[in-house]
Amino acid sequence: MFVRFFITRVLTAFAVVLGVVCLVFMLLHLVPGDPVEVMLGESAHPADKEALQRALGLDQPLHVQFGQYLAGLCQFDLGTSLYSKRPIRELLLERLPATVELGVAALLFALLLAVPLGILAAVKKETAWDFGAMGIALFGVSIPNFWMGPMLILVGALWLGWFPVSGRDGVSSLVLPALTLGTALASILSRMIRSTLLEVLNEDFMRTARGKGLPDRTVIVRHGLRNALLPVITLVGLQLGALLSGAVITETVFSWPGIGSLVVEAIHRRDYPVVQATVLCISTSYVVLNLFTDLAYAWVDPRVRFGARP
Amino acid sequence: MRRILVPLGIILLWALVALLAPVLPLSPNAIDLPQILASGSPDEWLGYDDLGRPIFDRLLVGARTSFLVAFAVVSVSLIIGSLLGTVGAYVGGWLDLILVRVIDVFLAFPGILLAIALAGVMGPGIDNVVIALSVVSWVGYARLARAQVLSMKERDHVHAAVAIGTSPLYIIARHLLPLISAPLIVEASFGMANVVIGEAGLSFLGLGVQPPAASWGSMIRDGTRYMLVAPHMVIAPGLALMGVVLAMNVLGDRLRDWLDVKSQPRKTAKSPLP
Repeated sequence: MFVRFFITRVLTAFAVVLGVVCLVFMLLHLVPGDPVEVMLGESAHPADKEALQRALGLDQPLHVQFGQYLAGLCQFDLGTSLYSKRPIRELLLERLPATVELGVAALLFALLLAVPLGILAAVKKETAWDFGAMGIALFGVSIPNFWMGPMLILVGALWLGWFPVSGRDGVSSLVLPALTLGTALASILSRMIRSTLLEVLNEDFMRTARGKGLPDRTVIVRHGLRNALLPVITLVGLQLGALLSGAVITETVFSWPGIGSLVVEAIHRRDYPVVQATVLCISTSYVVLNLFTDLAYAWVDPRVRFGARP
Repeated sequence: MRRILVPLGIILLWALVALLAPVLPLSPNAIDLPQILASGSPDEWLGYDDLGRPIFDRLLVGARTSFLVAFAVVSVSLIIGSLLGTVGAYVGGWLDLILVRVIDVFLAFPGILLAIALAGVMGPGIDNVVIALSVVSWVGYARLARAQVLSMKERDHVHAAVAIGTSPLYIIARHLLPLISAPLIVEASFGMANVVIGEAGLSFLGLGVQPPAASWGSMIRDGTRYMLVAPHMVIAPGLALMGVVLAMNVLGDRLRDWLDVKSQPRKTAKSPLP
């Protein structure tokens, strides 16, 4: 049964990636007017224009272009950057570690904040603790990254001087970007942990555990949290994607040399092949992360494989 | 009910400001050179920006940008999304299958990444911002409407309507849409918050409205360069933005409680097939 689920799920993910490739391919054709002219500027030499047109395959019919694009992708050939003239694959690999580092740090921070906050809110339901914790969470989802980042820079870097303003140089430079990126995730997670834990707290086995005289802490952690965390794991998997897109703005704010800031730089340089490749890279990793989350979930919880939604 | 009125009032007040911005005596582009980067004073209490323009005036005009985009994007994507979702779920078959696949593909782009790429490629400007954010937003409504109709179309009153020969269009309009409107309204409230953040985010990246037009996002962006000397340039638009987004999120939460909509896992990229 798991094998069947595995195969269907992998095939679906593959179809989705194919759809994503189609959309990303179309991006270049959405450039208003002549993309070559937009990229090179109107005063460019006609020979240069023609060369770029040929390099991008824009002189071919659409289906031939798409075929070439797909064939390139199959060999992990993402094209060449118009700005730095380097293979885009190299650029991405160079930038990837910084984004992964930031993402992992933000995720750790989010979990460290969300788990205690969520438990506190659920256990002390409808008290000042609950309202306080959920109030913090509401603020957390409502503060945009591009405002939280500058405010943290203002307080933590400019006024207090504890952290560098921007760039990537050691652990201290990671703190402010990770806080910025992790806050929204922490807020969503703590709300989710609260609501799943509240559902679990009313289950019969919780009453049994209490009835047999287990201390409160054991009941909540061993019986409650264990069951409540399953949906949370799925949510973490899904939110990793949101983290990736949040990284675009956060990295730009902090001049963090990751994939997210690469997209924005490429847009401003009209380096569209890089925009395409980066968007493709981020979305594909999102699909793959989702796939892993689903498979892990199905492996842990047999109900999923048999079609019942937990 | 009263719990809804507070956030709704805040939003309506801002919407009113946005609506009236062109007729109010504001001078968002008036340059007052001696006042460059001046902080708040009794007669201009939010201070001036790096070009000597009054921040308070720009804040109110920026509200217009935010609310125009939010209203346009939410109405376009709500209408298109819920129509597609409803028709797909009601008709079923290959039409629905295609819809599900298309939704899956759009959900594969995390957050506003697709909007950033679209706005970046199509070029800056408020109309492109509306297009880019609508392309991203319709999916949520389509998915929600589809899921709702799937669970509603087996109800007795729908079967009865089919049995007496009611036309599908009439069934969708009179027997299905009213039933699924509550969750869609809740979703639209959260959706508005997302679009306001999205527009400001695009403008922050320089992909939204172009100078000298004001947007809260571009005001924050301009302010980050003068943070040490003029922090008020960043703080004022940020607080306005956060206040509006907070009110929209609170409204969504309270509407959900009030309309008794069971909370759905939001933004899941799983196939919504049952």
